[in-house]
Amino acid sequence: MLNASLKELSAALAQKKISSAELTKLFLDRTSRLNGALNAFITVEAEKSLAQAHAADERIAKGDAQPLTGIPVAHKDIFVTKGWRTTCGSKMLSNFVSPYDAHVIERFNDAGAVILGKTNMDEFAMGSSSETSFYGPVKNPWNQERVPGGSSGGSTAAIAARMAPAATGTDTGGSIRQPAALSGVSGLKPTYGLVSRYGMIAFASSLDQGGPIAKSAEDLALLLNVMAGFDGRDSTSVERAAEDYRRELDRPLAGLRVGVPKEHFGEGLAADVGKAIEAALAQLDKLGAKRVSISLPNSGLSVPAYYVIAPAEASSNLSRFDGVRYGYRAKGYRDLADMYFRTRAEGFGAEVRRRILIGTYVLSHGYYDAYYLKAQKIRRLIADDFAAAFKQCDVIVGPTAPTVAFKIGAKAADPVQMYLNDIYTIPANLAGLPAMSIPCGFGKDDLPVGLHIVGNYFSEARMLNLAHQYQKATDWHEREPAGVRP
Amino acid sequence: MPLSSEEVRRIAELARIGVSDAEAAAVQAQLNDIFELIGRMQKVDTEGVAPMSHGQDLKLRLRDDVVTERDQRERFQSVAPKVERGLYLVPKVIE
Repeated sequence: MLNASLKELSAALAQKKISSAELTKLFLDRTSRLNGALNAFITVEAEKSLAQAHAADERIAKGDAQPLTGIPVAHKDIFVTKGWRTTCGSKMLSNFVSPYDAHVIERFNDAGAVILGKTNMDEFAMGSSSETSFYGPVKNPWNQERVPGGSSGGSTAAIAARMAPAATGTDTGGSIRQPAALSGVSGLKPTYGLVSRYGMIAFASSLDQGGPIAKSAEDLALLLNVMAGFDGRDSTSVERAAEDYRRELDRPLAGLRVGVPKEHFGEGLAADVGKAIEAALAQLDKLGAKRVSISLPNSGLSVPAYYVIAPAEASSNLSRFDGVRYGYRAKGYRDLADMYFRTRAEGFGAEVRRRILIGTYVLSHGYYDAYYLKAQKIRRLIADDFAAAFKQCDVIVGPTAPTVAFKIGAKAADPVQMYLNDIYTIPANLAGLPAMSIPCGFGKDDLPVGLHIVGNYFSEARMLNLAHQYQKATDWHEREPAGVRP
Repeated sequence: MPLSSEEVRRIAELARIGVSDAEAAAVQAQLNDIFELIGRMQKVDTEGVAPMSHGQDLKLRLRDDVVTERDQRERFQSVAPKVERGLYLVPKVIE
């Protein structure tokens, strides 16, 4: 059951081979054994999960089940969840029990899924290693001295260690895809606007997008069917007819034009990762896809532009944390101003404070044109690069991250080195394009490598098609870490 | 152009984040590394390029001007640090 696909779990539940309560207990038990070592979950509340599981069992008995009814799902602790503590990995929200549900949580609740717990993450999703959490770093199940990637590292570690069959994440600059790559699981960032941001604690609103994390592309399609959909409470939610993201899974790849950007194979890409990606491209050739060499000339500028735009938006979004309406309030302040200064100095960790300072600076008087406006112009150039590329190809494929998982602490003191982890993932966020990562082999020290797939706007079904066909021909996504020490 | 420690303090003041002298020095070095990275943008000619403020060029929706929320003040204030008679309490600002 721990290795079963969502389709198999759904069938087992429908045929009463297992109840949702039993299934939920199975994963809760595994989580309680492994979480001490991996720190993938911030909050687990078995009673709440089991109550939902019993309700799901009743729904199944009544013949009213949907595909995800009774299936436990781990949620990144960025989605506010009614009655659950929701921390966003921060001391600032260490006492915050949400009075309402995020749209994504509502959708899973309506589908009858079970909330398995809230997963650990970089504080306010700012990081690429899941080390900046106030609740301690997440360990990579493949090697516990390594990071799982971030910021959705709790969710990807939980899937890799089989502590959950499905999970959610959010992706602002790569926070679903980079940890999926480093943890050896599959993850998808949808087209901007496809999944509602309502109740998803804001980092950089023009980039933030929620998405699913699971073992396979087929599972991702099933999860995306539930997560995607219009929501009037998110002003950038896209109004579109509902799609079944499974509809193209079985389509043959013959004739599919796969663009390979030369800029993503140059300096900075580790040789072991490059080798695994080359092998994956050869596999796609074998499946009948047609390789096309493309260029994304401005993609090297994506990291600099991102580190203006994302901190600028974050500095504005995080101004709400002032110790007045919710969350942490410092003690022993002299007056109102002092209360703000102390609350924000004590409540935010070092990386969050750093990004707020960057954002405040680039938006401050006299610097707006040089930084913020310049970054927005570069954002346009990057989006235009993609538009040109998609005239020549249907999907773009390359490495998700430049290296395999690095050691815990290795880059913590050097922000710039940490930021460069997201060099291949950030362009899709800036352009608003859908992108995903799937396991495609192993590199140095037997650590997983991720294949990055970027599609045109709203082409999730086509991307999932490619990923599923690749996963039918390979078994990288079925590999699991051998030695998770409880 | 590197940031001075004075500028770091000014930004922290604007952002309402308290920083000690030791922190300001450490942050100053890291911010300067980051701004060196950001500075790579300046080499590119962006004359005439329309700034892109969003992931997609979306139009903002309009909706009917009707009440869509109900009063849930107590529930939402239950998570506030300090509340009295439906008001958020902060230290006195007017003598």
